[in-house]
Amino acid sequence: MSLTAGADLAAGSADSGATGEQAAGLYRDAFRRLRRSPTAIVGAALVALFVFVAVFAPLLAPYSPTAVDLTDIRPGVFPGPSAEHPLGLDQLGRDELSRIIYGARYSLLIGIVSLSLGAVVGLALGLLAGAFGGWVDGLVMRLVDIMLAVPSLLLAIGVAALLGPRLLSVMIAIAVVNVPIFARLLRGSMLAQRRSDYALAARSLGVTRGRIVLQHVFPNSLAPVIVQGTLALATAIIEAAGLAFLGLGSADPAIPEWGRMLAETNAFLASAPLLALWPGLAIVLSVMGFYLLGEALREALDPKLRR
Amino acid sequence: MSGDAGVAVVDEVPGLVDGTPLLKVRDLTVTFSSRNRTTVRAVDGVSLDVAPGSTVGIVGESGSGKSVTSLAALGLLGRRGVEVGGSVEFDGADLLHMPEDELRAVRGREIAMIFQDPMSSLNPVLTVGRQITEILERHRDLKGNEARDRAAELLQSVGIGDSLRRLRSYPHQLSGGMRQRVMIAMALACSPRLLIADEPTTALDVTISAQILELLRLLVAETQTALVLITHDLGVVAGMCDTVHVMYSGRIVESAPRRALFAEPQHPYTTGLLASVPRMDQPRGNPLLPIPGSPSDTLPWSQGCAFAPRCTRRVPESVGCPPPLLHVGSRAGRHLVRCVNPVPSP
Repeated sequence: MSLTAGADLAAGSADSGATGEQAAGLYRDAFRRLRRSPTAIVGAALVALFVFVAVFAPLLAPYSPTAVDLTDIRPGVFPGPSAEHPLGLDQLGRDELSRIIYGARYSLLIGIVSLSLGAVVGLALGLLAGAFGGWVDGLVMRLVDIMLAVPSLLLAIGVAALLGPRLLSVMIAIAVVNVPIFARLLRGSMLAQRRSDYALAARSLGVTRGRIVLQHVFPNSLAPVIVQGTLALATAIIEAAGLAFLGLGSADPAIPEWGRMLAETNAFLASAPLLALWPGLAIVLSVMGFYLLGEALREALDPKLRR
Repeated sequence: MSGDAGVAVVDEVPGLVDGTPLLKVRDLTVTFSSRNRTTVRAVDGVSLDVAPGSTVGIVGESGSGKSVTSLAALGLLGRRGVEVGGSVEFDGADLLHMPEDELRAVRGREIAMIFQDPMSSLNPVLTVGRQITEILERHRDLKGNEARDRAAELLQSVGIGDSLRRLRSYPHQLSGGMRQRVMIAMALACSPRLLIADEPTTALDVTISAQILELLRLLVAETQTALVLITHDLGVVAGMCDTVHVMYSGRIVESAPRRALFAEPQHPYTTGLLASVPRMDQPRGNPLLPIPGSPSDTLPWSQGCAFAPRCTRRVPESVGCPPPLLHVGSRAGRHLVRCVNPVPSP
């Protein structure tokens, strides 16, 4: 069969112009918009700084996070910032700057592991519910509802009690909190996309159900998940700090975890308020970086702003 | 439906063709019900035939059931809260009772569909090429370069130049007219015998719309594809269709060969539609006459003519029992109208 009838129409067609010259991906389009957003730039800079510090901590830190310098330490006296110790020494005579720098490693580690764990399980559940619908959907979503009904702090305490106060239990606790969020998000997004015109069009052309779900519906449902991923990293950092502050983090006192540092300086707040400021500032800046980036991503990926 | 009025009842199938029809719809009924038990009969006893290679128009305003008719025929309405009755036969096979996997093999290969909004009917995250080759893989077992070359050929055939490069474009990089061309290329990828176009040009502006219609007309003529054109635009019908069915509130109220419909419209609704469209052959300054009321002012068909509340030719007989579909003139004329007080021929 030759379908050539339309070829001669092409010459006169007024609509032959396309909006984009180069074949650019949808996400590349979003990336272009991101680069123009000041929110994204500030967020990305903060995140980049945080990741850089975490990765290159041994090179950046002037001292070991556990090295003790007792030369200037007297009871009740905390040597403030000096040339040798820019942020001063903590209550045990350790270099505060080095501890903050190493602390970034733990925050990033906890954030990434708990996010990956939570996202993988959550997305699997969401995909299951969104793809099959019906009773599978009902079952999975009730399970997720049960997970949501348990307060996250209570859950974390439970996990910590079960596995002991270790970094792993913090990660699992935060991951468990993330599971229902991702599951619901993906499921809702998929349900909306399943009713879309292109899904109907694909169905009308005989595309199989599995293909429609995996190739058409699933990729289109991911935009909110990507945004949630960025925001979840921010939340994970706060939650890790919060759990450590409550003494539910790692029991190892050598680990320079920001939340724990904050908790330990609690007792010296009157004499050495700066020691509480540094870890607090580190938490705020890193969390803000992820939040700003996530917010900008949400805007860039918003289908209503596209076109 | 039969026997709902006097002796003259010939509740025959509109647009009956000589020989075997390709698509044979009989007494199709679609009822939507919601949880609170209100049911809506969107399609109410529609029968029509589509001959191989012919073009059939279904005209009606929003909510008249024209889209639902085509979706129901292809089993695309879903199951929950939907009840489909009657029969739909394609080339002798019963589509309504066909298992889903067999039906999927028919869709795209034998019957294809084009939708109204080409922006939302294309998947935004896949390239145009991927979306066309997907259909070719599914029905034609073409893979890799073979599929790509065929896809490029298809794009060429719908008037998209530089097609190999266009295959790598994403839908949002194409204009509305181009997107609809891509949809047409996808629909015709497997040379279906029947193409259902559901308001294919409604979302496009007038010049592009004319180009797309011309393209459709040429393609179906060249490939001998039967076309069911669903539209609310009588102008589109006048240019393309062999047979026209006018729907109102889920029923066919008039059906006729194109010429007969435009020369001697019989149903007051059809004449109303025609009077509300500007025409080149009318003197300047002739007012356009709107149909009074709105489509929501309907009567259930069981209580008479659904159009009666808005009808200027309403007579006492319009209400009471449902009007039958009657032949006008000779049977060979195939002009049927569902009205107790039809407009006299000029």
